[in-house]
Amino acid sequence: MASDGLHESETLAALRSEAESLKGKLEEERAKLHDVELRQVAERVEALGQFVMKTRRTLKGHGNKVLCMDWCRDKRRIVSSSQDGKVIVWDSFTTNKEHAVTMPCTWVMACAYAPSGCAIACGGLDNKCSVYPLTFDKNENMAAKKKSVAMHTNYLSACSFTNSDMQILTASGDGTCALWDVESGQLLQSFHGHGADVLCLDLAPSETGNTFVSGGCDKKAMVWDMRSGQCVQAFETHESDINSVRYYPSGDAFASGSDDATCRLYDLRADREVAIYSKESIIFGASSVDFSLSGRLLFAGYNDYTINVWDVLKGVRVSILFGHENRVSTLRVSPDGTAFCSGSWDHTLRVWA
Amino acid sequence: MPALHIEDLPEKEKLKMEVEQLRKEVKLQRQQVSKCSEEIKNYIEERSGEDPLVKGIPEDKNPFKEKSSCIIS
Repeated sequence: MASDGLHESETLAALRSEAESLKGKLEEERAKLHDVELRQVAERVEALGQFVMKTRRTLKGHGNKVLCMDWCRDKRRIVSSSQDGKVIVWDSFTTNKEHAVTMPCTWVMACAYAPSGCAIACGGLDNKCSVYPLTFDKNENMAAKKKSVAMHTNYLSACSFTNSDMQILTASGDGTCALWDVESGQLLQSFHGHGADVLCLDLAPSETGNTFVSGGCDKKAMVWDMRSGQCVQAFETHESDINSVRYYPSGDAFASGSDDATCRLYDLRADREVAIYSKESIIFGASSVDFSLSGRLLFAGYNDYTINVWDVLKGVRVSILFGHENRVSTLRVSPDGTAFCSGSWDHTLRVWA
Repeated sequence: MPALHIEDLPEKEKLKMEVEQLRKEVKLQRQQVSKCSEEIKNYIEERSGEDPLVKGIPEDKNPFKEKSSCIIS
């Protein structure tokens, strides 16, 4: 009936206008508490000295672009995954390869080490996240013990074990994140809200409780309650895809890296962006970010092959690291903060200290 | 499989979800940026003295520093 159609579009228009006015109110509320910039608060903090950070190890062996890496809690082993379909576990002290498995798909975009150090998880264009127990039996075929855990309807972009080997959190090109039970493969919770591919996620430090942050092609960073599946806070200040999100060590803030060539810091209690790390000369996207142990430094890998080191408090760059011969795609600081590892489209990984 | 696909929902449902979410977010308890920034600064200052990448580690203590000058790559 014609009148139903009219009623329908009135409702849609009413909802749209309420959404717009709520967004305006949200901005207002956030702005009320924006009384100072982080870098102003940090004016009296002593400036950092000169940094001498060099490549200490180069891990060679992948046949194509390195897409992701993760540290083992033992602070020495590293798992990495590549466009060539291979997932390799390295001893970063000796650079020896300890394990290697070939996935049935190319573009293994995500990999993660289990907290116990006894398994790894990975996935990519296969739309799944699979778990492989690590065995030291030379006769055993790693691929034989593979366990399919997560199933998405598009590529897997990120995965992370929670505090134990029993649960995995995944992010996907299908626009969702999900929490899975490793043993049964059961979906425990799904997280809907991103308007496009989700590219990254990071779990809050365990002391902070059950939340995680995700970033996506919709330019949004969203903080989720793992138990309820609800989005707690959302931030939309980036101007392009968010490639990487990482919690600040205390769990009260997180950093993001984006194709808009900036990294930003969001404070969760102030509910707003509190710092932006950018320079006019940096025009390529930031693919991956991580904090040093204390949170004073933010390391960011870029598509222009460099790694920029930012002073988190003062908002300035303190060092630029050259070495990779193609995009830096992944970067993580070691669990005890003594080094960080970067992976690149140049097929290698580098450990810097 | 994730329980539902956002794209499959009718426009009205999506808008309702968005409005509900925004209503929740507007009500969030927030703190002054000055207070939060002060806390971030203090947290960092308390710990940066022990941050290996900030202060550096003596060559002999860090497992990643070169042990010998001969490297096979």
